[in-house]
Amino acid sequence: MNELLLVVTIAGQRVALPAAAVESVVELDALIPVPRAAPHVAGLSALRSRVLTVIDCRRALALGSSDLGSGLCEAAVVEIEGHHYALIVDSVEDVVEATADPIPVRAAMGPGWEHVSVGLVETEEGPLLLIDVGALVEGVEARAA
Amino acid sequence: MDDLIADFVAECREMLESLGGEIVAWEAAPEDRARLDSIFRFVHTVKGNCGFFDFPRLETLSHAAEDALADVRANRRRADAPLVSAVLAVIDRIGEMIEVIGAGEKLPEGDDHDLIAALQPGAEGPVSAAPAAVIGERTAGVAAPRTIRLSVELLDRVMSGVSDMVLARNELARRLRDSEVEVTVDSAFERLSGIIAEMRDAITRTRMQRIENLFVGLPRMVRDLSAELGKQVMVDIEGGDVELDREMIEMIRDPLTHIVRNAVDHGIEKPADRLKAGKREIGLLIVSARQSGNQILIDICDDGRGIDGQRLVDKAVAAGIIDKDAAARLSKAEQFMLMFEAGLSTAAQVTSISGRGVGMDVVRSNIERIGGIVEVDSKPGAGSRMTLRVPLTLTIIPALTVSIGNQHFAIPRSAIEEIVRANGESVTLSQVGGAGVATIRGRRVPEVALADILGLPSPLSDAERTLIVLKPAGGDVFALAVDKVHDHEELVVKPAAPAVMATGLYAGTTLADDGSPILLFDAAGLARVGGVKLENVERGSRIVDANGAAGQRAATPVLLFRTLEGQRRAVRLGLVDRIEEVPAAALHWGAGQLRVQLGEAILPLAGLDRVPEGSGKVRLFRLSDGHAEVGLAFAEVIDMAELDDGVLPATTAGEVEGVTLIGGEPAELVDVHWLFARLGGSAAQERTMVCRLPADDPWMQHMLRPIVEAAGYRVVSGTSEEEADLVIAAKGQPLPANDEGARTIWLRAEPDARKNDQSIYRYDRAGLMMALTAAGGTK
Repeated sequence: MNELLLVVTIAGQRVALPAAAVESVVELDALIPVPRAAPHVAGLSALRSRVLTVIDCRRALALGSSDLGSGLCEAAVVEIEGHHYALIVDSVEDVVEATADPIPVRAAMGPGWEHVSVGLVETEEGPLLLIDVGALVEGVEARAA
Repeated sequence: MDDLIADFVAECREMLESLGGEIVAWEAAPEDRARLDSIFRFVHTVKGNCGFFDFPRLETLSHAAEDALADVRANRRRADAPLVSAVLAVIDRIGEMIEVIGAGEKLPEGDDHDLIAALQPGAEGPVSAAPAAVIGERTAGVAAPRTIRLSVELLDRVMSGVSDMVLARNELARRLRDSEVEVTVDSAFERLSGIIAEMRDAITRTRMQRIENLFVGLPRMVRDLSAELGKQVMVDIEGGDVELDREMIEMIRDPLTHIVRNAVDHGIEKPADRLKAGKREIGLLIVSARQSGNQILIDICDDGRGIDGQRLVDKAVAAGIIDKDAAARLSKAEQFMLMFEAGLSTAAQVTSISGRGVGMDVVRSNIERIGGIVEVDSKPGAGSRMTLRVPLTLTIIPALTVSIGNQHFAIPRSAIEEIVRANGESVTLSQVGGAGVATIRGRRVPEVALADILGLPSPLSDAERTLIVLKPAGGDVFALAVDKVHDHEELVVKPAAPAVMATGLYAGTTLADDGSPILLFDAAGLARVGGVKLENVERGSRIVDANGAAGQRAATPVLLFRTLEGQRRAVRLGLVDRIEEVPAAALHWGAGQLRVQLGEAILPLAGLDRVPEGSGKVRLFRLSDGHAEVGLAFAEVIDMAELDDGVLPATTAGEVEGVTLIGGEPAELVDVHWLFARLGGSAAQERTMVCRLPADDPWMQHMLRPIVEAAGYRVVSGTSEEEADLVIAAKGQPLPANDEGARTIWLRAEPDARKNDQSIYRYDRAGLMMALTAAGGTK
């Protein structure tokens, strides 16, 4: 299995997103807040004529919040069930090839990571945690509720 | 039906085209099972459709081929050369017939038994290979309009591409405005703009479908239903060619079906009952569609027993939906609206047709979800009418943009009842145990601040805000205080992500002209999150109505204003599109009519007779009849009011339709129909006839002049330079001026005429009118 992975940093950790799910990587500037939405919904942004729902990954994992005040932030655009989301990450690093299927993580992770984990994948750069994008978009709080 | 036939022809052509290769291959290898199957499928499809369309000749032919091929498939027969060529001949003939059908001609009478005989096992001899006697000489070049089939997905992609283009154009327009560019760039951009707009229209049209698709199944359904119920119902369908967004058609299908079933089940009586009531045995159900502005109206009328408003009320009271006091004050229309309350059914017994009162509430919420409204009207014993008003497309919703702080939001206009300033005279805000209550013209409604619902900071105090009175699904009003009301726009709305919808506040998202996202509110959601209790609010609020009977009549909301001459006048609110303020420079005199320029539109302007001096501002109402627009200048808006008193009609047609009492004081009601009639089609207007009256005769000026004007004349007085077509003078007085070729009407003061007197008694209105009409007719 040679799945391509997008390596991103979320809350200081290097993790992998399935590259097939990621449409593009964009830089977001102005966000339109969505009052009363779950806290991990950072707001809305527009990519051409599409409305992106912007997800703050740190908040979705209950690991604090990203600093959105300092101008541009990097985000990976994914489509889930016809809706487009922009996942705010610390940074986007590289695309690598998975050398093996994901295997379950047996070590105890933080609860946030636990929810979004698909498993551990081997890459040339060493093992990376593969993230379930759908679970990330749902957010930890929404799931608990 | 035409559409279905066109579909059938298109499908057959497609299959024939792809069969072309198969047939040749089959001829080479008759044993090939896959080829055999595809040919079999084709004749099978043709046969199936023919029965439906009533093409007996085509049916017999395809049936025979199908039988023969079925034998081969079942290994009862071998595909030998004679069979293959017989089948091929049949397919060729089917192809010819389909072309005839496709060209819209009738299939000619003809004989196919030679072909059918050739299909029989053991048939000998070569079949006359095609150019059969199916068709006479086909006129050359009658190619039917070429159509292709496209996937809806592809169309949607083109649509979104065009939307992107519109946004990019808007962005470019903004950039161009900000920077200095050459004129040539501007004109090139203008052209591009025009092309894009045209393209968007064309693409939008590709998504349209005739509403016939929705209606085509109704006659059958009604027939089955009425047979089951032992009733006789005739269905009349009109306006099937109205076009509607295809998504919209799907959304209306269920509500429409439900209403029609209801009408047959509850509305139309059994034949015996109908005869007893003096009606024809056969009930009539009319389903019609028409377009009005950017809405489609679908009427479902029956001539049945009508809706018993009182029964609805009794039921509602029994079900605890409203209390007795409130029930007593309901107007007729409000009584009917009760049928949309959940858990209410007037059917004396539950039938399998209409179910158990689940339904009408679902019908309404379904229609409202797509930005539409349901209206009901009924006359006991004479029938009832339901009207569905739905927007043309699902995705474009008229909305009002508002803001809190510096964030913009949109509110669907269908939910908005009115907009008032919180510090206006007719509005009082009060706090009751921490909850806001607004009293608007004596009506108490709960009030919530949008800023509080959203938890956003807002620099304004309650009194500085604008109140938007909303009427969400469920029918109960509340007032929403917003910081600022911006504009009315048609927004392209897209569904929002589940995480956003989970708030319950929003109905979707849209993009503003500058490409930034805007959230569209769901009015019911706002009430829910704002903690407004929607039960009985609207109905309970009638208590403060000083005039208890006011609820009995459907009152028309009007806007009370003062004209530039200081008169107190009112105009029906529904006709006012919006209020504009323009600099005097935007007014100009053109083509015999004062006009005002508003953006790119130029409207005829009433309420002013000349361009005002100086550089002041002029405020005007933008009145719309759905097609044309007319401006009406005014000095100030006094209030919103309801037209609940009778209108004393004006004796002559003119700017004023009549006088009514509003707030205890008389106000003149503007005759908008007259305004449009007079100004709306100004370009096509004929020259009006001119009538001269003596200037110094007060009776003529005050009593006669309105009648003459009402008869369509323009009146000039005394010795004015203009040439008149008709002169009216008092008997014994000299003519005011010499008008060559003008007719003259003489009026006398005494009722009785002397001999040979051609004059008319001045209070002989009928005679006067006849003379005026006669004079008008000669020119």
